[in-house]
Amino acid sequence: MNDVLLNIEDLVVSYTSGNKKVNAVNRMNIVVEKGETVGLVGETGAGKTTTAKAILRLIPNPPGVIEKGKIYFSNENLLSKKESEMRKIRGNKISMIFQDPMTSLNPVITIGEQIAEVIRLHQKVSKAKAGIIACEMLERVGIPKERYDEYPHQFSGGMKQRVVIAIALACNPQLLIADEPTTALDVTIQAQILELMHKLKIDFNTSMIMISHDLGVVAEICDKVAIIYAGQVVEFGTVKDVYKNTAHPYTKGLFAAIPSIKGDRLKRLFYIPGLMPDPTNIPNGCPFSPRCSSKLDICEKCAPKDTYINENHLVRCHLYEEKERELDLCQSY
Amino acid sequence: MPVLLKVEGIKKHFKTPGGTLHAVDGVSFELERGKTIGIVGESGCGKSTLGRAVINLIPATGGKVLFKGKDITAFKGKNLHSLRKDMQMIFQDPFSSLNPRMTVSEIIREPIVEHKIKTGNREIEEEINILMETVGLASRLYHAYPHELDGGRRQRIGIARALALNPDFIVCDEPVSALDVSIQSQILNLMQDLQEEKKIAYMFITHDLSVVRHMSDDIAVMYLGVVVEKCSVDKLFQSQLHPYTKALLSSIPSTDLDFKKSRIILKGEITSPINPGDECRFAARCNYATDKCFKETPVLRDIGGYHYVACHYAENLQKGDSA
Repeated sequence: MNDVLLNIEDLVVSYTSGNKKVNAVNRMNIVVEKGETVGLVGETGAGKTTTAKAILRLIPNPPGVIEKGKIYFSNENLLSKKESEMRKIRGNKISMIFQDPMTSLNPVITIGEQIAEVIRLHQKVSKAKAGIIACEMLERVGIPKERYDEYPHQFSGGMKQRVVIAIALACNPQLLIADEPTTALDVTIQAQILELMHKLKIDFNTSMIMISHDLGVVAEICDKVAIIYAGQVVEFGTVKDVYKNTAHPYTKGLFAAIPSIKGDRLKRLFYIPGLMPDPTNIPNGCPFSPRCSSKLDICEKCAPKDTYINENHLVRCHLYEEKERELDLCQSY
Repeated sequence: MPVLLKVEGIKKHFKTPGGTLHAVDGVSFELERGKTIGIVGESGCGKSTLGRAVINLIPATGGKVLFKGKDITAFKGKNLHSLRKDMQMIFQDPFSSLNPRMTVSEIIREPIVEHKIKTGNREIEEEINILMETVGLASRLYHAYPHELDGGRRQRIGIARALALNPDFIVCDEPVSALDVSIQSQILNLMQDLQEEKKIAYMFITHDLSVVRHMSDDIAVMYLGVVVEKCSVDKLFQSQLHPYTKALLSSIPSTDLDFKKSRIILKGEITSPINPGDECRFAARCNYATDKCFKETPVLRDIGGYHYVACHYAENLQKGDSA
């Protein structure tokens, strides 16, 4: 199991807006092992979707640029691939499910054809054979194959998301990136889709990156979780480590801010004071320092380094750094 | 506490080419001053339509809404206009419910001037500043436009605008679902503080069960235009009875890793609200459905101790045997 499938190293992605440069992703490190599901959790504008798009090299340029870093997929750096090579990877070895199933399907092509299209693009099969595989895919995601010739508008939101999942899995990808796949759906439908994704992930032996803002969804489906704040991974570890031995003050704040569905009702909810930093004006030092209740003097001065709490549990916070090393680092800045 | 609002069998039907769409089909509830009723349900169950019909933003097809003892469904013109002073609404999307060409102060000023809450420029300015302070908007944002602000601040403008008229009742239609968790809790705290201070009654419409649990005193669960279960918050979360409520609660993804629950995955999806027949509207997806459920519509009835359930087999479910 310990084979690394995807390794993102020190990724920096920036967007130019007017004459300002914004680092949407800043020194991002993520590792996904084979067969594993990694959750990316963060609030709006944290850089979750940008990271996903960078993996597929789908950052619109201009205004976006992958400034530095490496993305190793099966030990090959995706960032040094030619566009023609990338096209063979997208939808084939790595595929993506987008948040909104309403807009990610072509409204004037039948759903069967949309699944067959991706099969024909990546596999040398006849049109008829692609149609047969597409029918099988429909059945696997729980849609009767009789609906092959129907158009997206004839399906409900949950059913459309099933079609999108069928397209994404049609070529048996090694990595599936799901960007908020259930956010637009109701809870009972969300439960259906999550169960389906979990089952298919095991059947197809696919690794998965699950982008979500919902810590509950991540707890259900992920093995590991990366908490993202202002373009950085501030905490990374197994779901158990992060949920039970929460280390980073931001992660702690996120958990405390969710109203509970059991236990005593609180009089007031905990909240993290302040707002996400303006991406054009990220504070010096730790980006969370202006909102942090356990802030140290050093936090405003120099950026924290990754510290391992245990073998698999990593946190980017000064509270966990060894004091002496910290001073050295600060001076070398 | 006296009853502020009494909704009796309110209905809202829409004519469509395919037949009559029963968006809201006979919903009743009562609300006391300073209390909150939560309306929970999935998209298309009619919860927003209910909210709009209750404050007469859209005319109801049938039923009564008694507000301070008067039936407001018949209100028109001047009466309706002055009713707005007592009933306000906070909308889901703070991005589309604010006029992009008006500044923060203009948006808050509009209701004050329209309803002559204050006259004289200085008093109006003073009132705007007080309102901005109440909802936590910095005075430097006085001349800001909505697009310059984040979702949380925009929602604060929406709240200030609703508060400007000092209403007794506010319909809150998914007020925090467009916001991130850390901002969501700020807004929920603000709304609770305001309720305590001004004794406002809320009708809190949401699909988020953890939010509704935090905010409400009573909860009504809606499915396809009807209330299927209604009781106090604690009762709903501890001893819910309707099969739909059970499935809904079991579907919430939990952050508690030790909390192993038996998930009920519902079959299929919400059925069409057009021309519903004499059946339980949930029957097609229900695990307990029998022939009776497809022939007879269950009525919402009190099974004891202010616990209303619309299910033929509520008592059996309560005893724990399957129907």
